[in-house]
Amino acid sequence: MDWSAITVTLKLGGVTTVLLMLVATPLAWWLARDRRWWATCAESIIALPLVLPPTVLGFYLLVLLGPQGLVGQFWEGMGGPRLVFSFWGLVIGSMLFSLPFVVQPIQQAFRIIDERYLEVAATLRARPIDRFFTVALPLARRGLVSAATLGFAHTLGEFGVVLMIGGSIPGRTKVISIAIYDAVESSNYPLAHQMSALMLVASFLLLFTVYWMNRRPTRQP
Amino acid sequence: MSTIRLTPPSTPSDPSDPTDLSEPAVAPNCAVHIKHRQGSFLLDARFSTPGRGVTALFGPSGAGKTSLLRCVAGLTQPAAGFVAVNGAVWLDTAHHVCLPAHQRGAGYVFQEASLFPHLSVHQNVRYGQRRAKDREHGLSLEQAVEWLALGPLLPRMPAGLSGGERQRVAIARALLASPKILLLDEPLSALDEASRQEIFPYLTRLHQELRIPVFYVTHLVKEVARLADYIVFLRDGQVTHAGPAHEMLRDIVAQDAGEDTPFCLIEATVIAHDAQYHLSQADSAFGVITLPALAQAAGSRVWVQVFAREVSIGLRIEHDMSILNQWPCRVVSAAESRPGQMLLRLGPAAGEVGVHLLAQITRKSWDLLRLGVGTQVFARVKSVSLVE
Repeated sequence: MDWSAITVTLKLGGVTTVLLMLVATPLAWWLARDRRWWATCAESIIALPLVLPPTVLGFYLLVLLGPQGLVGQFWEGMGGPRLVFSFWGLVIGSMLFSLPFVVQPIQQAFRIIDERYLEVAATLRARPIDRFFTVALPLARRGLVSAATLGFAHTLGEFGVVLMIGGSIPGRTKVISIAIYDAVESSNYPLAHQMSALMLVASFLLLFTVYWMNRRPTRQP
Repeated sequence: MSTIRLTPPSTPSDPSDPTDLSEPAVAPNCAVHIKHRQGSFLLDARFSTPGRGVTALFGPSGAGKTSLLRCVAGLTQPAAGFVAVNGAVWLDTAHHVCLPAHQRGAGYVFQEASLFPHLSVHQNVRYGQRRAKDREHGLSLEQAVEWLALGPLLPRMPAGLSGGERQRVAIARALLASPKILLLDEPLSALDEASRQEIFPYLTRLHQELRIPVFYVTHLVKEVARLADYIVFLRDGQVTHAGPAHEMLRDIVAQDAGEDTPFCLIEATVIAHDAQYHLSQADSAFGVITLPALAQAAGSRVWVQVFAREVSIGLRIEHDMSILNQWPCRVVSAAESRPGQMLLRLGPAAGEVGVHLLAQITRKSWDLLRLGVGTQVFARVKSVSLVE
């Protein structure tokens, strides 16, 4: 078993999910409530990773984040460490790649909240930000849990983007999916079997959790 | 939209006048003027009400009552308008004043209690209270729990409550936020009859004890008769009449409620109960009214509803007949309401002016009895019911 790959994978999944939730929740709130054309435009951009080959996303990231790239040059000029072929480069790539899987369940959960609850909160002297935290978030909690689980599961299973911008540095950027690929390349089938079975079981359990939660009767009247 | 100009409903003196250090000469009041277009519907309502007590916003459905209430609460922003509650100006589009809902302090109870489903009853009622710290006229949690009998409900979740219980919680929640006005949007309409009967005593109690004004939206006469101190009649987005309930209820209700069958309401005081015959007697401007046994104690004020078709006319009193209520009246006015049907407005033969009874008779009877305006008659009322 390649334990360093498992550690890197779990760390990448955890960090990506936490950061994604912080970014995706306000984004989903905005998309759920804004019906103007630029919100639709943003929605489409966020959904792009669903249809684009991961290599396309990975290629653009490589170009942008690389030392000669627009973002990379600026970042390194500010004294930042190199992004490509580093763990944080992987985090950025995974966040973009998993964004639609996290935004969409949250957005859907916000969309079905009865506007009436927010109005009641307003007449009870709650400011908009207060209403968001004390009414909208708790009422969307199921969507939030779904989103976090899907985001985590999707990050674990990522291959293309990681391959393009992560390289395969053991202990730093070599994740399970890459380790499996390497094992097959070097004809180490027993290792490939072990890691693949692990991924299969872990992914199944995560998806089962999401579907099981969505099936339970809702407490909202 | 910016061309709509509004002037606030007249207030006899400027309450903000810094030289006026005495008690305000004007009784505190609520002034509302809303102009708002929703699709093809135009709301243009202007009225002012006393600064305390229950004002019924009364009218048929589609009259704009709910839209008006939402504009007062700040949940809908009207194209133009003015809203002031006991001196606090919440909306004045002419001076670009528009306070957001959370800064107004308008307690709002919706048709269907929208209790937060993720919070317990206790957390629900504390929601507004926690955000209204250091406000005046703060009602204590204990008081609210006692008034609305919430004790056993506090630990429960809203999903497990009956409709009537939810509305009681919603009222307590609104009151605990120390509102400057309480807005009730047909709070009984989503309830069944049993729940309505259950919740009515609580509303009556609030009516007696609250020091803040209450706007109560309804299309039901009986709710108006039992709760309102002041009535604003709305029809097609406009105010048709407004005034103190005891004046308005006497005769305007019948025509403005959009009722098919005209009726009138008579104010009466319970004087005695007759246990043997299961009857009660009440004193009114027309004389003593005999009606089915009442639960109210002697001395209580009640409103009695009399349908015009239940009233027949005689020229002298009859003793050998089954009808118990025969009152001496005079014909005040009469009009042919439908072909062959006359609708008569009767006043008491002696005494009070401005109190009316409606009677519906055929034109043939009108001619046979040689009736005319001023004729002294006896109104025989077959059945009388209490408004409750």
